[in-house]
Amino acid sequence: MTAARKPPRASQAEQSVLLLLFFLISSAVLLVSHNSDLLNQMGHLGTILKNPIVEAVMVSLFLANILFAYLWRAHPVVKLIVALGSLLFVLPLAGRADTSLLDLSIQVMIFAALALGLNIVVGLAGLLDLGYIAFFAVGAYTWSIFASPRFSEILKYFGENPGATNAGTLALGLALTVITAASMVYINRQTQRTAATAATTWSFRLASFGLVAGLILTARAALVLMSGQAGALAGGINPAFFWLFLALAIFTAAVVGVLIGLPVLKLKGDYLAIITLGLGEVIRVLALNLDLYSAGSQGITPVGSASVPWFNALAGRLGFEESQYNLLFLYFLVLLVILGIMQVNVRLDKSRIGRAWIAIRDDEVAAQAMGVPLLQTKLIAFATGASFAGVMGMIFAAKQTFISPESFVLNESIMVLAMVILGGMGSIPGVVLGAAVVALLRFRVLPGLGEASANVDWIPQQVNPSQLQKLIFGAILVAMMLLRPEGLLPSRRRQLELHHDENQEDDSGHGNAGALGKGNQGDVYSPGLAPVKENDRSGGAK
Amino acid sequence: MDFATLAPFLVEVVVGGLVLGFVYAIIALGYTMVYGVLQLINFAHSEVFVTGAVVGFEVFRVLKDVSMNGYLKLLIALLSAMVISGALNVLIERLAYRPLRNAPKLVPLITAIGVSLILQDTLRIIEGFQGRFDLTYTLPQGFAGPFCGPNSSCASLGSFLNTIGVRVKVTDIIVILVSLVSLGALNYLVNRTRMGKAIRAVAQDRVTAGLMGIDADRMISATFLIGGALGGISGVLFGMKFGTVNAYSGFDPGIIAFTAAVLGGIGSIPGAVLGGLTLGVIQSLIGAMSVLGGLAGIANLEAVDASYQRIGAFIVLVLILIFKPTGLLGKSNVEKV
Repeated sequence: MTAARKPPRASQAEQSVLLLLFFLISSAVLLVSHNSDLLNQMGHLGTILKNPIVEAVMVSLFLANILFAYLWRAHPVVKLIVALGSLLFVLPLAGRADTSLLDLSIQVMIFAALALGLNIVVGLAGLLDLGYIAFFAVGAYTWSIFASPRFSEILKYFGENPGATNAGTLALGLALTVITAASMVYINRQTQRTAATAATTWSFRLASFGLVAGLILTARAALVLMSGQAGALAGGINPAFFWLFLALAIFTAAVVGVLIGLPVLKLKGDYLAIITLGLGEVIRVLALNLDLYSAGSQGITPVGSASVPWFNALAGRLGFEESQYNLLFLYFLVLLVILGIMQVNVRLDKSRIGRAWIAIRDDEVAAQAMGVPLLQTKLIAFATGASFAGVMGMIFAAKQTFISPESFVLNESIMVLAMVILGGMGSIPGVVLGAAVVALLRFRVLPGLGEASANVDWIPQQVNPSQLQKLIFGAILVAMMLLRPEGLLPSRRRQLELHHDENQEDDSGHGNAGALGKGNQGDVYSPGLAPVKENDRSGGAK
Repeated sequence: MDFATLAPFLVEVVVGGLVLGFVYAIIALGYTMVYGVLQLINFAHSEVFVTGAVVGFEVFRVLKDVSMNGYLKLLIALLSAMVISGALNVLIERLAYRPLRNAPKLVPLITAIGVSLILQDTLRIIEGFQGRFDLTYTLPQGFAGPFCGPNSSCASLGSFLNTIGVRVKVTDIIVILVSLVSLGALNYLVNRTRMGKAIRAVAQDRVTAGLMGIDADRMISATFLIGGALGGISGVLFGMKFGTVNAYSGFDPGIIAFTAAVLGGIGSIPGAVLGGLTLGVIQSLIGAMSVLGGLAGIANLEAVDASYQRIGAFIVLVLILIFKPTGLLGKSNVEKV
């Protein structure tokens, strides 16, 4: 609160030099430590650098560059050089020598995007969603089914079991779809002009059932009529459709978000949490059991990716191997997508809808009284978060070339939630940092620890760190939360809210009522104050 | 399909569902007690209950060669599971939740997840040192007790009783009896004693209860102790019902039990029991669906396998919550503006 307590900060020039220096050293170490030829020549130092723990530390230090570029008050140009240099130049270069590094960076960014999406739902709108990974699954399956041999098998199945389907069914399905959609729009218009009556709501529901039936008929008829193509599509659809499906994955995930959100968003707090958890599980179990479409627990493989000839030529000229082209392409794609997502996030945070979300999070009743349409605003939050997950799910499927329900278990939803809260709920850089920390721990540091200690004699097999990954991760989660309950990089707005009570105590030093004493810290009730605890209860995800 | 073969089968399915439901209900009570007082989803509860199951297993193993009445062994197992799980739950609260009492609500949720991960691995390591991981419950045999059915002379733990064509396991009867006794005890504790009154006061309003001279922290500890003890009981019952336990087997019943708590209206004790029983019967019915389909000759029903059990639970939850957003017995939260 007072300036005296702050340590003297380094000047801008000093920080710029420091940042550049750190960038150069960590980049050099990263590049050297991933170049096996050089390591072999270095002898003893080489063995140390090859150690998985040291390697994990190197990678983390290198990624810290970007964090420091954000945090330090260096010159903007220096910041830009460091950020762009490490992401566009050093990382791909190191990835050329060690492909797993590219894989890791893509993984980190995918989780960062997921965390950003969940941050909108939980952090801004205050809706605790424990089934978030389902949207990721929707995106992944949207692409995998079509970009793999699965699609031709589905066509084959429908070719063998056409039922009574023919061109007439297609026409009927299309007609039904158009008529019901039109009547839904019409009813909606009518209810906007006059108040909704029981008749209009029921006819709307009837029309929506008709719409679903029409869509199913159309889809089935289309599949049967296309079944002749099964042989031609044995390897999946043309990779050029990748871009269309990128848009489609966003759209599908958003639609599923709305469909899941519509019935359940009336609920609050933990009821919402458990019901989203349940619906997430429903989607996973469906993927597990609809063998025809998702190949069940065996999973879909191989999933194709986009083919971009000019990019491959460029990568080839830069000395990348052919097997690395696709990974490099996905790396840059993810980088681009996440930049877009962050941009959307920043804009949303400051926009009218962003403020509506925060209003709902803080006090639903007050927000409603101020004219915020509750359901609509919450649905937009759900759909936005879902669409981020959808696009990343598709990229994930293209990266793994293999998709199975295993990747979409509840644990993953919880991981993403942990990222959001660990980083600092509601804060965009915080959430990205949280995602990076958790992903690094899970995919590099803890496996590295296990690998390094696997051959140490005095550690018994049972307590080998590779067996203890969950324990270590859990301990880190608990310790971080106890030490920094606001998250690593809390949002400014939230920080102010959380220190509300401490400010109150400061006031009491000036002779304001402090009668309730120290035993009730944080729950000070007085006529002038909002009852903090009451909000905690109704808000759910506060 | 004739009624004479179907009816006993259906009764068996429903009884099996009720037994399962009682196990869920006792687990759900652990969630609902903590939730009622702290408004916190105690994700670590599923591991607390597995700890109880492991303790029960160890007691049965140690007492295997001791000549003692089988019921006495069971009682010792239940009591030690209660004590250890209760103590563990109190410890968790002290270390992971109490320092965060005034933090935003999602923060203790994350520490709860962290604790649950820690406990999973700890349990697995302990069992790993013993050289076994999947614990198989071998129930104490060789005792003659009150369960003497018409067809079997005198039943030992684990055997069947057979009346009117309905076969019921003796362990199932014991599960139901133990559950009923613990429900009665809990009801007495919460509604009739001074401590129960204090706990209810803290659940209603911690600050005001503090002003009335109730030590809120102590009451919260007491709640965690009771919740943990219930977890211990349910762990032993779970082991008896399913036969095997390992460090990760808490996850599934934990989720279902939490669903049960929400279904009944979270924070409500009768609600948790009702929710648990409902879900148990529904799961049992879904599990028996393929057999029923076989009897009735419906091919689609035959294809329904056990993996739909959880879906069934969640669909019921969604349907009930849509029409009754606070659960079956939950109090509707009237908001004053």
